[in-house]
Amino acid sequence: MKLNELTAHEILDLIKAGKETPAAVYKSVKEQISKTEGKVHAYARLIDNQEIDNKLRVDSCPIPIAIKDNICIKDNETTCASKILQGFKPPYDATVIKKLKDSKAIFVGNANMDEFAFGSSCETSAFGPTRNPWNIDCVPGGSSGGSAAAVASSEAVWAIGSDTGGSIRQPACLCGVVGLKPTYGVVSRFGLIAFASSLDQIGPITKDVIDNALLLNIISGYDENDSTSVKMEKPDYTKALIKDIKGIRIGIPKEYFIEGIDPEVEKSVKDSIEKLKSLGAVVKEISLPHTEYAVATYYITATAEASSNLARFDGVQYGLRAIPKSQRKNPIVDMYEETRNQGFGREAKRRIMLGTYALSSGYYDAYYLRALKVRTLIKNDFDKVFKDCDCIVTPTSPTTAFKIGERMDDPIAMYLSDIYTIPANLSGIPAISIPCGFSKNNLPIGLQIMAKAFDEKMLFKVAYAYEQSTDWHKKRVSL
Amino acid sequence: MNRVPIGTKSGLVYKMTIENKQFDTVIGLEVHLQLKTQSKIFCGCANNFGAEANSQVCPVCLGLPGSLPVLNKKVLEYAVKIGLALNCKINSYIKFDRKNYYYPDLPKAYQISQYDFPVCYQGFVLVPQESSTVKKVGITRAHIEEDAGKLIHDNENNCSLVDYNRTGTPLLEIVTEPDLRSAQEAYDYLQILKLTLQYLDVSDCDMEKGSLRCDANISIRPVGETKLGVKTELKNMNSFRAVKAALTFEENRQTQVVKAGGKITQETRLWDEAKQMSITMRSKEEAHDYRYFPDPDLTPFQVDSSVIEQIRKSLPELPVDKWERIKKEYGLNDYDAWILVSSPEIAAFFEECAKLHTNYKNICNWISGSLMQEINSRKLSLGDLRITPRRLVELILKAEDGTLSNLVAKDVFRYALETDKSIDEIIQEKGLAQVSDSVTLEKIVDEIITQNENAVRQIKNGDEKPLGFLVGQAMKKTQGKANPKKIGEILKRRIIDA
Amino acid sequence: MISEKDVKYAASLSRIHLSDEEAKPLTKDLEKILHYVEKLQKLDVSKVEPTSHVLPIKNVYREDKVRSSLSQEEALKIAVEKIKGSYKVPKVIE
Repeated sequence: MKLNELTAHEILDLIKAGKETPAAVYKSVKEQISKTEGKVHAYARLIDNQEIDNKLRVDSCPIPIAIKDNICIKDNETTCASKILQGFKPPYDATVIKKLKDSKAIFVGNANMDEFAFGSSCETSAFGPTRNPWNIDCVPGGSSGGSAAAVASSEAVWAIGSDTGGSIRQPACLCGVVGLKPTYGVVSRFGLIAFASSLDQIGPITKDVIDNALLLNIISGYDENDSTSVKMEKPDYTKALIKDIKGIRIGIPKEYFIEGIDPEVEKSVKDSIEKLKSLGAVVKEISLPHTEYAVATYYITATAEASSNLARFDGVQYGLRAIPKSQRKNPIVDMYEETRNQGFGREAKRRIMLGTYALSSGYYDAYYLRALKVRTLIKNDFDKVFKDCDCIVTPTSPTTAFKIGERMDDPIAMYLSDIYTIPANLSGIPAISIPCGFSKNNLPIGLQIMAKAFDEKMLFKVAYAYEQSTDWHKKRVSL
Repeated sequence: MNRVPIGTKSGLVYKMTIENKQFDTVIGLEVHLQLKTQSKIFCGCANNFGAEANSQVCPVCLGLPGSLPVLNKKVLEYAVKIGLALNCKINSYIKFDRKNYYYPDLPKAYQISQYDFPVCYQGFVLVPQESSTVKKVGITRAHIEEDAGKLIHDNENNCSLVDYNRTGTPLLEIVTEPDLRSAQEAYDYLQILKLTLQYLDVSDCDMEKGSLRCDANISIRPVGETKLGVKTELKNMNSFRAVKAALTFEENRQTQVVKAGGKITQETRLWDEAKQMSITMRSKEEAHDYRYFPDPDLTPFQVDSSVIEQIRKSLPELPVDKWERIKKEYGLNDYDAWILVSSPEIAAFFEECAKLHTNYKNICNWISGSLMQEINSRKLSLGDLRITPRRLVELILKAEDGTLSNLVAKDVFRYALETDKSIDEIIQEKGLAQVSDSVTLEKIVDEIITQNENAVRQIKNGDEKPLGFLVGQAMKKTQGKANPKKIGEILKRRIIDA
Repeated sequence: MISEKDVKYAASLSRIHLSDEEAKPLTKDLEKILHYVEKLQKLDVSKVEPTSHVLPIKNVYREDKVRSSLSQEEALKIAVEKIKGSYKVPKVIE
């Protein structure tokens, strides 16, 4: 295997043993990019002139990393793959970027994404779609499609994504890599350009579970700049990487195996559950009765928050400013309306409008408030289940990667891509997607594990035990 | 109780000018108060006035993508403190909401405010009235929010300029019930409110600098009617006087409209200070749909009852309470006592003096007279002057025991404002002590008698009128230092009794 | 159900200029989505508290301490247009 195809922990071992240098690793990543980026298009833009420090400190982790284009890097263009933020160079670093800089991370580029993370296919990017490294006619999933594709194609060793309704786990699943959405509040959101503030969470996308725990160790922790960041003693997540899962109680929600699930996906997931059983886990069927309301709840709450979060992109301060040719209302309002008309893509407009409508006078109670109440019911389902379960295992996505363009004109079909991932965001709990098989067409299938809030260690433990007994994570794409 | 000229420096008593018999006027006020914290409400930028444009900003108050707010603890403390002083209940569940609207001075295109769970609610303010009554003005609520930036219109370049230094200045919006019945009542309420806030030391309360801003809602209704009429909202008043003028104007305008058979339209009107009139800004049809919803970036808040009690205990004595106490304790009248409480510093200064001397009325006269005059005419605060209670009392004692004439005492007072020297030192240095020793005075009288033969003759002939003239001459000769009473006695003895 | 007029109202609230050609398909999209979310109306939520924060954290403050700000130059580096130390915008009419 080439250097860039190794996992971060393998590379670190080589560097620590003096057999390789960070510069050599970065070089192999750059070579890969020059070879495959034309086909994959994982990046919105590359970051050049990276200073590489070959001297190694105890806590440094000089690994080439892809950063989703919605996380602020000081003085580096950050646009959420939207025209409206073109040219915007934040004057500050996101907290996760600060932490990564402290660890000597090498920033390869800003990973492509759905515009403002609005999508499950990476097709709504203003820079054009990212393609699935396993089949470039297919989507990589989204919205962190660029991050997942970069890791799967070894154009980065690992990556950072963000997950509002499945935006880390679904693309990780579709690209055959490991993606974690931590518990809400475990990773600081400061510097993450918000989509839906009560749901957004930054997380790692990696080639295996060990890397995932390592990267979470770097980016997690309390941040005084984020009021929703949780003050707690920071665990060492790698301590959870033990193979023993004897007696662990795993719940299988019956509502997740329904019509619409791809039979190949269902089979792989059921096989994986058998595997976990054989490793000593205790498996039982459970019920999450409000599952069918999750997507609807999500689309109201997330778009309502988004309509407000994205209101600031109005051409006043930074980014795009557009003025109509002839005056319509008055100079300033015309500027707002033309900037936002030209700057946002169709899906962004759809969601802003839906959210605005749900919050507007006369509809607030029927839509927004009701959605917040249903959110409570969904959260209660999980609270109840976790009284007798240590974790929940489900498919990550009902299907494997779909063809580019296939769902673009059908918002509901697209939204249903996230049917299994959305409940974890609504409930704030952590969830991980790990590779658990391939379809006949050689497209990856993912297994989702969810645990109660702040029990990331449980996810890592079960995921690691599974991973160690399978070889899915060792497969590499040849492009 | 006599009507008290609340905080008016000139001490003028305003009289109602509008005789409004057919209609009752209903007024409610919204005051936006900038809180005097070190840093802004949601970030660490300095909270002060007058810096170079866009130099007190950071990603948070600029509302840059990805930035997040964290509440300044002091802001909530101040809000609770003010709430308690305004007799409000403190909510056991406090949350922040987003108020969504577009304006270039609002960088996030939403203002972080409080919608349905404000910090304070259901309070009242007692406002002393002309008759021996106290007007109780209900406080509906007081809530925390962030201030916006400043927009400057540049006609020369046909554009507008935005300075974001003010964004994120903590504000408390204090809303009254529609309890006020006249422009004068509104004015009096504002005076009491401002004084209370000054006692709490939570805001500069400077309308000119915008640290206190006031919008008013006003409607009229036929006398006896209980339902509220259609209201208009008045904005852009830059002083309490302007609030009163705008309300008076609007009261008259509405009355005329209704008397002419017209209907009041719900609208926002802007006060034009130069023209002394208001003009329509926007009507209800253009009213905003603010789409309030809970801000997911901020957690809810709960102030422990122990903390509330702690803050309650730390409250200073408030103006009306202090007024009542000072009247009782020092035997002063309404007017005198009110002058003293019109500033917390002045009241404290008076009470320090009162510990050293018991002629309270005289101390009060000195403070409300000479001292306030100096402060007002020099536009200074008490702290800028070097007079201390001890030295003022020393001076008063010298005047009372005859060492200084009243006229000279006032001179000594003016010197005392600018130096730390003792009163005795000033008197000696300037040679200002009243001359009362007989040897010196006899000599002066000798001179006067020889120099004014005609007057002396007249007196000897039984006409005592020129006696005053002679005393005046003696005073002139001594630059006012001679004791006039004694000079008069010596003159009489030497001329008449001789 | 949502009408084109509602969509235009939402567009004007969210300050997005919508041409008639854009408004039609968008209305259709929103109609579909709103039809889908109709299912929420089936549930009885009369006794349910809303969840706007998923974690039970409260009272997160910072102390009242001044931290350094950006300089005027840094603040204006991101500006689309600037003039006299300020952000320049089209004329605002009250």
